[in-house]
Amino acid sequence: MKASSADLWSGLALGGLGAYVVVQASRWEYLGADGPGPGFFPLWYGIAMVALSLALVFFSVTRPSPDRIDWRGAGRAFTAWLAFAVAVALLKVAGFLVCFAALTFFIVAVMYRRPLWVAAAVALGATAAFYLVFPLALGVKLP
Amino acid sequence: MQGFAVALQPMNLLWCFVGVILGTVVGVMPGLGPPATIAMLLPLTFLMSPASAIIMLAGIYYGAKYGGSTTSILLNVPGESASVATCFDGYQMARNGRAGAALGIAAIASFIAGTVGVLGIMLIAPPLARMALAFSSPEYFALMALGLAMVVLLAGRSMVKALLATLVGLWLAGIGTDLFSQTSRFTFGRMELLSGVDFVVVAIGVFAIGEVLANLEGREAAKALPVPKGLRNLLPTLQDLKDSRFAFLNGSVVGFLIGVLPGAGSTIASFISYGLEKAVSRRPEQFGKGVVEGVAAPEGANNAETGGALIPMLTLGIPGSSTTAVLLAALVLWGFKPGPLFIPENPALFWGLVASMYIGNLMLLVLNLPLVPLFAQVLRTPAYILYPVILGIAVVGVYSTSGSLFDVWLLAGFGLLGYLMRKLDYPSAPLILGLVLGGAMERALRQSLMMSDGNLSILVSRPVSAVMLSLALLVLLMPVFGRINRWRLQALEK
Repeated sequence: MKASSADLWSGLALGGLGAYVVVQASRWEYLGADGPGPGFFPLWYGIAMVALSLALVFFSVTRPSPDRIDWRGAGRAFTAWLAFAVAVALLKVAGFLVCFAALTFFIVAVMYRRPLWVAAAVALGATAAFYLVFPLALGVKLP
Repeated sequence: MQGFAVALQPMNLLWCFVGVILGTVVGVMPGLGPPATIAMLLPLTFLMSPASAIIMLAGIYYGAKYGGSTTSILLNVPGESASVATCFDGYQMARNGRAGAALGIAAIASFIAGTVGVLGIMLIAPPLARMALAFSSPEYFALMALGLAMVVLLAGRSMVKALLATLVGLWLAGIGTDLFSQTSRFTFGRMELLSGVDFVVVAIGVFAIGEVLANLEGREAAKALPVPKGLRNLLPTLQDLKDSRFAFLNGSVVGFLIGVLPGAGSTIASFISYGLEKAVSRRPEQFGKGVVEGVAAPEGANNAETGGALIPMLTLGIPGSSTTAVLLAALVLWGFKPGPLFIPENPALFWGLVASMYIGNLMLLVLNLPLVPLFAQVLRTPAYILYPVILGIAVVGVYSTSGSLFDVWLLAGFGLLGYLMRKLDYPSAPLILGLVLGGAMERALRQSLMMSDGNLSILVSRPVSAVMLSLALLVLLMPVFGRINRWRLQALEK
């Protein structure tokens, strides 16, 4: 994907956020008897966000950048993030130690393609270290 | 003397030692920076006294500058962005068999410049704080606007993206309950957001998780050159010290002055210092081929910058970089209010911090030289061990602050945001500074308008705020002037 395409989409997304901010801010008091209300500051930075987003979209279309964003590695990053998100989702059900061990195993075995016994050893070792350091030594509660 | 009385307490000495060692390790490891480390450790510092905590966290800040040179010299990969300029001559010195001298001169230059930076804080911070006591809401608003404008100018290649990142930071700061009117803003109906988005969650997400995700794109690590054995081999020669004497001065002064400017940062300081050293050198054609002053100047500058950067943070409450923003947030979380009254209200904490920086720099000089081979071994830590541990520490840190799984979810979301920002070339420093300053900026603006019955001219009728707002506007409009913008882009690309 060209950098200019990424700028176009990110500009549109930020423009959407800016529009949301402006709409919300317009529902709150702008100026009251005691001075500016809760809508004052958000309205102005919302307008600025919309204007700058439109500028970014405009530049991405009229002055496209020749740079390309390397998305190959991004697949690995997104995979890791998904694994992290699943681990967070399961925290309430399985607890931190189980989820952390599973996430570590996944990263070592799948992302770095280390042998399964290495992945298991790292997962168990790191989990044990967390248990010893945080709840036992420091008294910090784990999720 | 009061400062040394605080800094020399056994627990504070211990935490200073822990901080500088941790900082050096963090600086050695490419991909893990001081902002992420300090943010991750913030929740754990609630178990410590504020003095011990700030001493340790500051130790991480300047310790990382020492550590960053190790990878620059041995790997040609800067451990920190501030160590990029060190790669030019440091790596060449290592290839010429002079890795020891390069590492040694980097440590000595860092010590001299770090000491100058601390002296600068002692001399400049108290009078600057007294001057800032005369500031009122309009001056504070203008100062924060100027600080944000400088960060935007120097944050990255695209000022539009930097400005957008700032505005997103301001929006994040506005989430929660408005203190003036008790109106809930941008909470999406969630009770958890009524008290706002926790800075720690955003900082750890954007810096730590974002960096881990970015590093997970690749699988292999670069190979380092060997470190010579024996302390004698790590010491520069007398000729090296003689060749570097101007570089020591250059790095110290340039780094300190640049550090005081919000947004400039140690990367800019190290490049300017390197450029200046080359310009005045008798052998400029040798730069880039392994000259010792090409290491001394940038390494000195990136250390002296630390002292300079702490001045606006402590005396004005305006952080100039991501790291000082996290440190400022730490002080606020512990119940302090950085600003003009910080020094008179907390003299023991301020002078204790300053004294600890003297001691910390001395520790780093003494430890770095003999322990460099050990620190270099840190580079061998497999990424598949390091990154899951960082993710785990991030989750534990966030959960320990609030006890809320919602915040852990926010952490995941901000982690993805941090990664996307890196991928799409949106700088993160403006977002973090917008978040840190957004609430204070809005309060200052609203109080200013209350003072003037809603008349915006109060911001330009007072001389100090008028000057600062004019400078902010000038800074933002500078790229419109093509020649200046080309210079800015060249400086950033180098």
